[in-house]
Amino acid sequence: MSQSMRLAALALLVALLFGGSLACGKAVVPWSAWFSGDPRWWIVAELRLPRAVLALSLGAVLGLSGAVLQGYLRNPLADPGVVGISAAAALGAVVAIVFASASGVGVFAAAILAAGGAMALLAALTWRSDSTVTFVLAGTVLASLAGALTAFTISVAPNPYAVAEAMDWLMGALTDRSWPDVALALPPMALGALLLALTGRSLDALALGEPAARSLGVRLGAVRLLVVAGTGLAIGAGVAATGVIGFVGLIVPHLLRPVFGHRPGALLLPASLGGAALLLAGDSLVRLAPGAGEVRLGVAMALIGAPFFLWLLLRARHDAWH
Amino acid sequence: MALILDSVGVTLGGRHVLADVSARLEPGRITAILGPNGAGKSSLVKAMAALLAHDGRVALDDRPVASLSPETRARRIGYLPQDATVHWNMRVAEIVALGRLPHRRAPFGESDADRTAIAAAMAATGTMAFADRLVGTLSGGERARVLLARVLAGAPEWLLADEPLASLDPAHQIDLLDRLRAVAASGAGVVVVLHDLVQAAREADDVLLLHQGRVAGFGLAGDVLTAARLAETFGVRVVMVEKAGRRLPVPIGRIGLVSEG
Repeated sequence: MSQSMRLAALALLVALLFGGSLACGKAVVPWSAWFSGDPRWWIVAELRLPRAVLALSLGAVLGLSGAVLQGYLRNPLADPGVVGISAAAALGAVVAIVFASASGVGVFAAAILAAGGAMALLAALTWRSDSTVTFVLAGTVLASLAGALTAFTISVAPNPYAVAEAMDWLMGALTDRSWPDVALALPPMALGALLLALTGRSLDALALGEPAARSLGVRLGAVRLLVVAGTGLAIGAGVAATGVIGFVGLIVPHLLRPVFGHRPGALLLPASLGGAALLLAGDSLVRLAPGAGEVRLGVAMALIGAPFFLWLLLRARHDAWH
Repeated sequence: MALILDSVGVTLGGRHVLADVSARLEPGRITAILGPNGAGKSSLVKAMAALLAHDGRVALDDRPVASLSPETRARRIGYLPQDATVHWNMRVAEIVALGRLPHRRAPFGESDADRTAIAAAMAATGTMAFADRLVGTLSGGERARVLLARVLAGAPEWLLADEPLASLDPAHQIDLLDRLRAVAASGAGVVVVLHDLVQAAREADDVLLLHQGRVAGFGLAGDVLTAARLAETFGVRVVMVEKAGRRLPVPIGRIGLVSEG
C-alpha cells in the first residue's frame, strides 16, 4: 500500500469515528429523527456535533504537536507536556476558577493568557541557546512550577466548591461543550497547527543532528520559534477549552511510525489524523460507559497512556533510542 | 572557487581554540587537516562551514561565508559531521534526499534535478543497492557511505568532512578515501580531518597541520609531513616508507611527553 493510500485509509477512519461520535451517547437518537424537527435532533446538532468537532481538532493538534516535539527534540518520549504549555494553561484556568469564580469564556481567557505567558517565557529562556537540552530543561522547569502553583492555588481556595470545580476542570473532558467553545478554541488551534506544519523539513534535517541541520541551511532559532508559538497556540487553546488531556501526543506518533516510517516530516499529517481518531474514539467510549456519569476523557486517556509509556520505557532500555 | 582562510580564530568558553589560521585551499584537491587531539581541527572545519562564530575571515574567493544566507551557504558548502548518528530509523533513500533540502523550494516536492542528484550521489557511493533499507540495519561502513551520499546529493562546491574514517576498518577507510578522491577529481574541493598519518600522506594533495590552535605547516603533503615536524607536533618518532612515489610516515614510538593543548 502506498503512503497516500495509507493516509486515505486513516482519513476514512477519522470520518467514520466522527460519524460514530455523533451517534454515541446516553440518549438514543433514531435515524428517523436526524435532520428533522424532532427535538432529539437538537441533541445531535447542538451537543454532539460541537463536541465531536472539538474532539477532532483537539486530537489533531495533540497528535501533531507530539510528532513535532518528538522530531524537534529527537526524543520519542517528548510530548506537549514537556514544554510546560499545558501546565501553564491549567494554572491560568484554576486561578480563574478559584479566585474569580470564573466559568466559560473567563476560564478560557485566563488559560490562554497563561499559555501565552509560558510561551513567551520559554522563548525568552531559550533565546540565546541553540541546544534542545536547554529547551527541555526550561520546559520541564515551567511545567513543574506551573504544577506547584496550581496545587498551591487549590490548597488556598476559599471554599470547597471552587476546589471541586477546579479539580473537575483539571481532569479534562469534552462534556457539554457547545458551539461558542468551538468558536473560541478553533482559530488559535488552526493557527498553531499551521505554524507546526511548517517545521516538517527542518525536523527531517534535525534527524542528522544540529550541526548537520544547520549546515543544510536550517535556521534553528526560527524552528524553535515555530515550535514554541505553534504548541503554545494549539495546545494552549486546546487545554483552555477542555482541560488537560495527556498521552495522546506521546502515543500517536509511536503507533504510526511502524506504518508511515520514521521520517519526522512525513509523520506530521498522519499524526494529526491519528490523534483525531484516538480522541474521537476515546470520547465516544467514555459516553458509552454504563452509569449516569462519564469517565473523564483526560482520565481515560491517562489510563491507556500510562501503561503504554511504561512499555515504551522498558523497550527503550533494550534498543537505545538516542 | 578557492576557500580562503584569513587569520581565522575561534574562542570557546574564553579559551583560544584557534588563532591566526591562514591558508588558501584550492578546489579539485584533497586537503587533509591533521593535528593532535585538541589542536582545533573540528573547530576549524566548523568555522569553514560557518557553523562556529570566528574572528578573521573565511571566504569563497572574495565572498565571506558568514555573509551568505544559510540556504546559499548550504548549497555551496557540504558538511559531513563527525557524529554519524541518525536519530530516526529512516530509509537510506530518505536520508540521502536530505542533502537536497537547500535546493528545494518551500511547498514543492522533489524536482527532476533533485532525483537525478540523489541517484548520482547513491551511484557514486555504491549505496543504490540498499536504498530501501532502514539505517538501523546498516553496518558502520555502509552507514558512512550513506552519510557521504547525503552530502554529495547537494552537489556542493566544497565538501568538508570531519573525521569520516573514525570507526571504519582499513578496507572501508581506503574505500571512503577513494570516493573522496573521485569527488575532488570532479572539480569540487575536499577538506578532510584525518588522524592517520599514513592515510594522509597517501591520499591528500595538501596538508594543513595544526598544533595548539595554530598552523604548524601548510603545503604539499610530502613537504609538510616530515619526520622533524611530526616529532614536534605529535611527539612521535616516525620512519619514512617509500611507496608508489610517496613518502609515508609510519609512527613507531613516542618522544618524551606530548604537551596538551
